[in-house]
Amino acid sequence: MKPPPFEYHAPTSVDETCSLLGSLEEAKVLAGGQSLVPLLNFRLARPAHLIDINRIDGLDRIYERDGGVAVQALARQAAVEDSELIARICPLLKDAMRLVAHRVIRNRGTVCGSLAHADPASELPAILLALGGNVTVVSRRTQRVIAADQLFTGVFETSLAADELLAEAWFPAFSGPSAILEESRRHGDFALAGVVRAGDALALFGVASRPVLADRRDPTHGLQPSGDLEATPDFRMHLVRVLTEKAFAA
Amino acid sequence: MKVNGVSHPAPTDPRRLLSDHLRHDLGLTGTHVGCEHGVCGCCTVLLDGAPVRSCLMLAVQAERHEVTTIEGLARDQAPLHPVQQAFHECHGLQCGFCTPGFVMSVVGLLAQHPSPSAQEIEEGIAGNLCRCTGYASIRRSVLRAAALSSPLVGKRRDGAE
Amino acid sequence: MTTRWFGAPVQRVEDDRLLRGHGRFTDDIGEDALECCFVRSPYAHARIITSIDAAAARAMPGVVAVYTAADLPFGGVDLPLLIPHPNLTHGRTQRCLASDIVRYSGEAVAFVVAENRYLAEDAAELVQVEYEPLPVVITPEVAARAEHLVHSDVPGNIAAEMLQEVGDVDAAMAAAPRRKRLRFRYERGAASPMEARAVWARWSSDEHRLTVYDSTQSPTSIRGGLAVLFSLPESSVDVIAPDVGGGFGPKIMLFYPDELLVPYAAMQLGRPVKWTEDRQEHFTAVNQERGQVHEVEVGFDDEGRLLALQDDFLHDGGAYTPYGIILPIITSAQVPGPYRIPNYRVRFRDLYTNAVPTSPYRGAGRPHACFVMERTLDAIAADLGIDRIEVRRRNLIQAGDFPYDVGVAWQDGNTVVYDSGNYPVLLDKAIALLGPKPAGDHVGMGIGIYVEGTGVGPYEGAHVQVLVSGKVVAATGIPNQGQAHATVWAQVVADELGVDVKDVEITSGDTRRFPWGVGTFASRGAVTAGNAMHVAARMVADKARQIAADHLEADPADLELAGGRVRVKGSPDRGMPLGAVAVLSNPVRYAFGGGTEAATQFAAKPRPGPPLQDGEQPGLEATGYYSPPGSTWASGCHAAYVRVDPKTFRLEILKYVVVHDCGRVINPLVLQGQIEGGVAQGIAGAFYERLAYDEDGQLRNASFMEFLMPYATEIPAIEIDHIETPSPLNPLGVKGAGEAGVIPVGAVIGSAIEEALGVPITEMPLSPLKLYELSRAHPT
Ligand SMILES: Cc1cc2nc3c(=O)[nH]c(=O)nc-3n(C[C@H](O)[C@H](O)[C@H](O)COP(=O)(O)OP(=O)(O)OC[C@H]3O[C@@H](n4cnc5c(N)ncnc54)[C@H](O)[C@@H]3O)c2cc1C
Ligand code: FES
Ligand code: FES
Repeated sequence: MKPPPFEYHAPTSVDETCSLLGSLEEAKVLAGGQSLVPLLNFRLARPAHLIDINRIDGLDRIYERDGGVAVQALARQAAVEDSELIARICPLLKDAMRLVAHRVIRNRGTVCGSLAHADPASELPAILLALGGNVTVVSRRTQRVIAADQLFTGVFETSLAADELLAEAWFPAFSGPSAILEESRRHGDFALAGVVRAGDALALFGVASRPVLADRRDPTHGLQPSGDLEATPDFRMHLVRVLTEKAFAA
Repeated sequence: MKVNGVSHPAPTDPRRLLSDHLRHDLGLTGTHVGCEHGVCGCCTVLLDGAPVRSCLMLAVQAERHEVTTIEGLARDQAPLHPVQQAFHECHGLQCGFCTPGFVMSVVGLLAQHPSPSAQEIEEGIAGNLCRCTGYASIRRSVLRAAALSSPLVGKRRDGAE
Repeated sequence: MTTRWFGAPVQRVEDDRLLRGHGRFTDDIGEDALECCFVRSPYAHARIITSIDAAAARAMPGVVAVYTAADLPFGGVDLPLLIPHPNLTHGRTQRCLASDIVRYSGEAVAFVVAENRYLAEDAAELVQVEYEPLPVVITPEVAARAEHLVHSDVPGNIAAEMLQEVGDVDAAMAAAPRRKRLRFRYERGAASPMEARAVWARWSSDEHRLTVYDSTQSPTSIRGGLAVLFSLPESSVDVIAPDVGGGFGPKIMLFYPDELLVPYAAMQLGRPVKWTEDRQEHFTAVNQERGQVHEVEVGFDDEGRLLALQDDFLHDGGAYTPYGIILPIITSAQVPGPYRIPNYRVRFRDLYTNAVPTSPYRGAGRPHACFVMERTLDAIAADLGIDRIEVRRRNLIQAGDFPYDVGVAWQDGNTVVYDSGNYPVLLDKAIALLGPKPAGDHVGMGIGIYVEGTGVGPYEGAHVQVLVSGKVVAATGIPNQGQAHATVWAQVVADELGVDVKDVEITSGDTRRFPWGVGTFASRGAVTAGNAMHVAARMVADKARQIAADHLEADPADLELAGGRVRVKGSPDRGMPLGAVAVLSNPVRYAFGGGTEAATQFAAKPRPGPPLQDGEQPGLEATGYYSPPGSTWASGCHAAYVRVDPKTFRLEILKYVVVHDCGRVINPLVLQGQIEGGVAQGIAGAFYERLAYDEDGQLRNASFMEFLMPYATEIPAIEIDHIETPSPLNPLGVKGAGEAGVIPVGAVIGSAIEEALGVPITEMPLSPLKLYELSRAHPT
């Protein structure tokens, strides 16, 4: 379980990162490494180039803008968890952190990395979706904003192009009734099924190829979850109904 | 990179994991490797004071940073660090393979929550697997470590009171 | 013997080193060793078509050697069958590296040696093997149907079959007022110690000496085997199990291919060689356990008394039977547990499947046995509408019944005879400790009582020596994997020699220090090596009294060992330090320091005649052995309250209590740790962990992400109480305690969930998904 060979790049600016991403084939961004390095160790990922963005200074800010909070690419999940700003204007995001892996992993893992990784069972993409947030991506070519409902396209797939860096995520302020509930086998594990409630909005995770918005009155409508060792499609649908009911009962 | 206060030249092979670099290049074999995919926590070290998985970092990434391993908590002949001392008193280890990782995680936990609640303890040590103890003695160790680390007890340990 | 240390909660002497990161595990040993990687079969059953092509791998820079079966002098030899048995009519073992047919996914095919593991893994990817897949046999039920064979020359896939009967089951069953048929299933499980396996070897051609570090539970056997394989005298082979990061059974298995290949490569290449298993390969390279399917028939009366029990079970042996049929033998023997069953018949078939071989994992065949018996009693209670506890009470063996002969075969070749115990008291205490049922819906109570045959032979030995400094060193052959051997044996020795426990240093599992012995397994360390320590230390104490008596001009019978001195009872000022006795024990010509001038030839002579008289040996040391006449039988009762969320099927263990009896307790702190850890493994195996093989024989959850070893958040606090019924079989009165915690947990959790949710529980492990499906199938 050792990483396969790759060429290592450690740019110190966003510009440099973009030009590397724009010029190298089969390159991957290395942020917190909490998803990518396990994949390297299992040799399930074999990028030719690894672009480590951790040496870029000033890319770890968490700041208020446009009636919400922006979280930059190197802001660690632990920093988001501890941020007073986030506790104040987007408490749902803070609450969700407890469910994302473990503190030691959150010390390294980034919010943007989790969004870019787009694990369908991951909490943060569903939060972004439920809140109607967006991400800003940059490349040598352009800078653009992708709304949450346009970002996640499939299992571990996003609408980011290969040369784009997810520079920051933006979560709108939200102080209405909210909840994130999930069923996982162990504390900190990915969810068998999970729901995020933000006011009347409902996002589901772990039950489709990507996080999806759903109607609270019929949350499993149109859902076709896959089955695995810990949950059949049927059990996932059941959990979605149970969790949705709980989320809106609170 | 600095490891336990000592500067070391940058590792040469970019794909070398920090865990392997510490263990096999620097001879700091107290950091253990139990899974190499981030689940067991045996490889936990402090990076600039905060616990992280050394199996999920490339050694080159530790450049310009400070790494503290279990060997760096208490110098050779010095008394044990309060967290280590607590594990000893509460029989918080059996085979000792998971122990360095637990100790480093608990150092981080107590920095975050000096008087942790029961739930903070549970969640603070969840993330580290132990196959021997069943965790009961580790929970007791964390409580004891919090007591030993409190300023009052700290003073007594230094003989100031 | 003064028992100053025995029984005291002495804090562990091994901790300091481990806490500072100064432990020494096999992979910690470097010395510029070459590193290795296996090429393993991706198929569960396949024929290797062409010869294996390793040319590209060999040509890779940094690669030192690639071995296939064809490259090995022992490539065509089957690995040893460790425990032959007359009923094992079709025993089969694998070869070091497969060259013809592979029979489980993970079986080793080639072995790459390179400058480091990274390069070895790169090269392993270049080794070309062409496979022709063969039909796969997975699960014991499929194996029993024998539509396909795992070994073409083993009919029915049956490695072994064994039938035992006590009494007349057919007659008793026919006459029984009530009968019930039940079916129970236990899936495979894995020990998963936090340290995977590792082997390091160095060949010194100058000294003609092979040194091997191995994370094994039996260094003495490894040494014996290597000496045979390489035609070396045993005295030229040193095997050391240094610190080992947990064993729990699979590390008693030998020889794993690496245990031969690493020393072989070191001898061939003239450089130290090391192989460290990674977690992924650990899942398919290391033996597993637990797969069994039981068909039970029980006959009982209207009061719930057992009249006859018949159990016919299938045991999932995996692809090979290197460890023999110990597991199903233990299960057969342990089904009756603490209950009187006048007529008992048990038959098993040990079946080959295309999965990793099975050998003992903590509990070793007992968790299944306990599950079968306890679930059967619950079924009887439900049938009759009698309280579950009452049914148990009516069937327990009573305190006056010992020794109690069960009449079936035991794993040491004897029959099962319980030496001592008090099962009714265990039950009463557990119920009292459990207390009233918590309020609320979907709360269930579970209970399980078990016995455990511990401390099996054949023997262990120990060497104890007092140094001229007064410190004591002691060694035994069996290694330590976290059970605090260095502390508990120091307690035994310290009492005998009247020294402080901190002044006793124990070495274990190092054949350089003690070459004889068997290993650590079957909860046998305290009984076998503990008593050997006691025997050896007593011999040293006797010798110390004898030598001191000459110098103090006293009768040895009037001397005692206390406070690090040998002194006259009643006048403690008349005495001498133990270190001084050690000096005198070795008459010298040259004073080399350490007070040895007292033993030189011009020093005062204590007695006439030659310095060493007939039969005397120099040194204040002795070697002692202990060979148990039979197993010691520990026992216990666990009980729990659980709550199951009827919607999410989350399990919450509200209270878990244990009352345990392992005879005399050497160190309650250590014992508590053993039980807490055992129960946690039991809970893990009952509700979290499973080995998910698909029909193609692929293990689908070979990582810690998917094999759900619980964290602290999943394991509750456990309340423990003890009783002590000393074993009459050994001088210390001790019984084993290492495996006990795990045994009844499946039965307890299963019983409690059955009550909480109102669904029948007949299998292990469970999960929220399984409970969801059960509750759909059995709507209330
Ligand atoms: C034991 C364990 C348990 C976990 N449990 C959970 C859990 O319960 N829930 C959960 O959500 N996550 C979990 N994780 C994953 C963790 O949250 C990761 O940190 C996160 O998914 C990825 O963030 P990262 O910064 O570590 O990204 P990396 O691992 O560095 O990268 C992940 C992927 O995203 C890409 N990427 C990263 N950043 C960018 C960027 N800025 N622009 C473009 N591409 C980028 C990388 O190229 C890579 O493909 C767990 C991880 C572990 C090891
Ligand atoms: S070795 Fe790093 S988490 Fe297991
Ligand atoms: S003490 Fe052995 S794994 Fe924790």
